[in-house]
Amino acid sequence: MNCKQPKKSPLLEVCDLQTWFPIKRGIMARTVGYVRAVDIVSLHINRGETLGLVGESGCGKSTLGRTLLGLEKARRGKILFCGKNLLELNRRELREIRKSMQIIFQDPLTALNPKMNIIDIITEGLVEFRLIQGTREDHAKRLMNEVGLDEEAIYRYPHEFSGGQRQRINIARALSLRPDLIVCDEPVSALDVSVQAQVINLLMDLRDRYNLSYLFISHNLSVVSNIAHRMAVMYLGKIVEYGPTGDIIKNPMHPYTKALINAVPKPDSEEAKHKSKRIILNGEMPSPSTPPSGCTFHTRCMEAMNICREKAPQEVKSGKHGVWCHLY
Amino acid sequence: MLKINNITVTFEIDEGIVRAVDDVSFHVDRNEIVGLVGESGCGKSVTALSILRLIPLPYGKIETGEILFYGKNLLELDHNEMRKIRGRAISMIFQEPGSALSPLHTIGRQMVETILLHKNITVKEAWNIAETWVEKVKISDPKEMMFAYPYQLSGGMQQRVMIAMALMLEPDLIIADEPTTALDVTTQAQIFDLIKETRRSHTSILLITHDMGVIWEMCDRVLVMYASKIVEEGSRNDIFSRPKHPYTIALLEAIPKLSADKGRLKAIPGQVPSALDYPSGCHFFDRCPDAFDRCRDEKPKLVDLGNKHRTACFLVKNEL
Repeated sequence: MNCKQPKKSPLLEVCDLQTWFPIKRGIMARTVGYVRAVDIVSLHINRGETLGLVGESGCGKSTLGRTLLGLEKARRGKILFCGKNLLELNRRELREIRKSMQIIFQDPLTALNPKMNIIDIITEGLVEFRLIQGTREDHAKRLMNEVGLDEEAIYRYPHEFSGGQRQRINIARALSLRPDLIVCDEPVSALDVSVQAQVINLLMDLRDRYNLSYLFISHNLSVVSNIAHRMAVMYLGKIVEYGPTGDIIKNPMHPYTKALINAVPKPDSEEAKHKSKRIILNGEMPSPSTPPSGCTFHTRCMEAMNICREKAPQEVKSGKHGVWCHLY
Repeated sequence: MLKINNITVTFEIDEGIVRAVDDVSFHVDRNEIVGLVGESGCGKSVTALSILRLIPLPYGKIETGEILFYGKNLLELDHNEMRKIRGRAISMIFQEPGSALSPLHTIGRQMVETILLHKNITVKEAWNIAETWVEKVKISDPKEMMFAYPYQLSGGMQQRVMIAMALMLEPDLIIADEPTTALDVTTQAQIFDLIKETRRSHTSILLITHDMGVIWEMCDRVLVMYASKIVEEGSRNDIFSRPKHPYTIALLEAIPKLSADKGRLKAIPGQVPSALDYPSGCHFFDRCPDAFDRCRDEKPKLVDLGNKHRTACFLVKNEL
C-alpha cells in the first residue's frame, strides 16, 4: 500500500473527465474537429472494490482507463487519486504516484518485451524505483509464486509461454510495486475459455489478499458480472448507467443496457428458451466525432421519444443505481 | 449430405510432424445447423479448411479418410472440379472479414467476380444479383455500397458483405468459421438473425466457434473437439443438459455466466497440450479430474449412448 488517503473518501474519484482527440487535416495539420472518446464521465472506486466498465468497441472504455493512468491527455476534468488531482501534478509527483496504479493489457504477448526474460520484466519497476531488498531473483520468485508460475522459469522469454501464462507474467509485473489500483483492460479476452476462468480466479484471489481495487474493462458482460462489485455501462464516450452488478443484471433500466444484456447468448437459462422476447439493436454506433444531438443513443433506441432528440438526459438516481434516460 | 470419414490432417513443421486433426468423422444433414466447438489450436478450423481442400500446401496434408459430398469424394476431384464446388455448392464465411475481402476492389466488383465464375450471365445481370443480396443483408444504401471499398465499412458491415457473398449463389452448405468472434455482442446478435433469416430453407450450416453461448443460440447438433479429436457429439439439449465427457462438463462449468451472484469459477487446471506431443492415451488425460490408468495408455473411441449422442471416454463405457 503506497497511498495514504483520508478515511472514507474513495480511492479514485473522477469528475467530469473529457478526453478528446483532435482530427487534423491538410498540410498545415489544422484541427478540423474532435473525436470525443471520453465525454464528461464521473465515477469512483473504493478501496478493495472492482468497478466493471462495459460497452461495445469504440465506446471509449479503454481511453478512459488510459486517461486515468496519464497515458492519454485529459482535456478537462478532475482525477482524484488518494486525494490528489493527477491532472495538476508535476512530472516528479506523477512518477511517484504511478507506483500505485498499474495496468494489465488485453494482448499478453505484445505487452511483454520479447527481448527481455521474465526476471527482467517483472522486476523492472522495482529496479527503476530502487525498491530491491535482497536479490532480484528473490523478488521475481516471490511474485511468480503469487501468480502461480513455476519459479524455475525466471530466465525464460515471453515466447516460451502459453497465452494464460503470459497473462500471469503481466499480472506479476503489475503487482510488483504493490499498487492500490490496477486497470485491467480486457485481461481475458485473448485467452481460451478454459484458461479464462483460471485468470479471473487469480485476479479475484489477489484482490482479496491485497485489498486491491480494479477498474475492469471488458466487452464481455458475463465476465464482468462474475468479478465486479459495481458496473458502469458506457456508450459513445458517456456513462449511461451505473450501479451494483446484481441490480444492473436483474433490473437494467437504460434501453442500451437492456439490449446489451439481451444480446449475450445464454446457455442453459430459462430465458433463452423464449426467444420471442429478444431485443436486437439496429444499426451501429454513430461516430464519436459527430455524436447525435440530445441523448446520443436515440438513433438506435426502441423507445426514443421526441425529447430524446432534443435534450440530453439528466442523471436519475435511486439509491446506488443511476441512469441517464428520459424514460425515468 | 456431407459425410466425413476418418480424416487425419498433418502439418510438417521444423519441430516435427503435427497431427492437427486425428481420425475425425462426422456428418451434416440437409437443413441442419451443426456446431463444432473447441479451444484455439484444437483443429476445428483445419477441419473446416480440409472440407474445401484449402489446407496450405506443401506443409499440410490430408493423410487418410474421405470427404463425401452427396456421395462424391471431394479428395478425389481435380482442381477444376473443386473450383466448381467452392463458393457454389459449399461456401465459407471467415472470421476476419477485413482480411478476407480484397482491399483493392470494390464490394460490387468482388461480388460480381464470384458470380461470373459460376454462372454464365452478363456483367449487368450479375451486378443486379449482387445488389439485391447487398440489400437482403440489410446494408443501407445498397446502390452506393456496391462502389465502396472494404475499408470504408465497419466490421459488422464487412461481415454482412461476406454473408451476402456466401449466400448469393445459394449453396447447399455454408461453413462459418468463427463468423462473429471479431464483432461486438449487439452486432453478433444481428448477424445471427440475418444468417437464420436469409439462408435458403434447405441450406445447411457448419458453424465453428469457441463460444458455447453461440452454439446454444444457433445449433441443432454439437460436436465438441479437444486436441485434434472429437470427444463428444450430440443434440444441443444432450450436450447442454446431459454432457458426458469430462471435458464438455468442465468447459460448460468454466464459462462465466451472466448472473447477479459472484463467485469463483470452476476453472480447468493446466493447459491445452502442445500439438507436438499429445498424451499417448486420451488427450484430455493430464487435465481430467476422473482420469485413471487406462486413460493414460489407450485412446478411447466414440461410444454411442443412443439418440445420436456419442462420447469418447472410458468412464462411460464402464457404466454400460
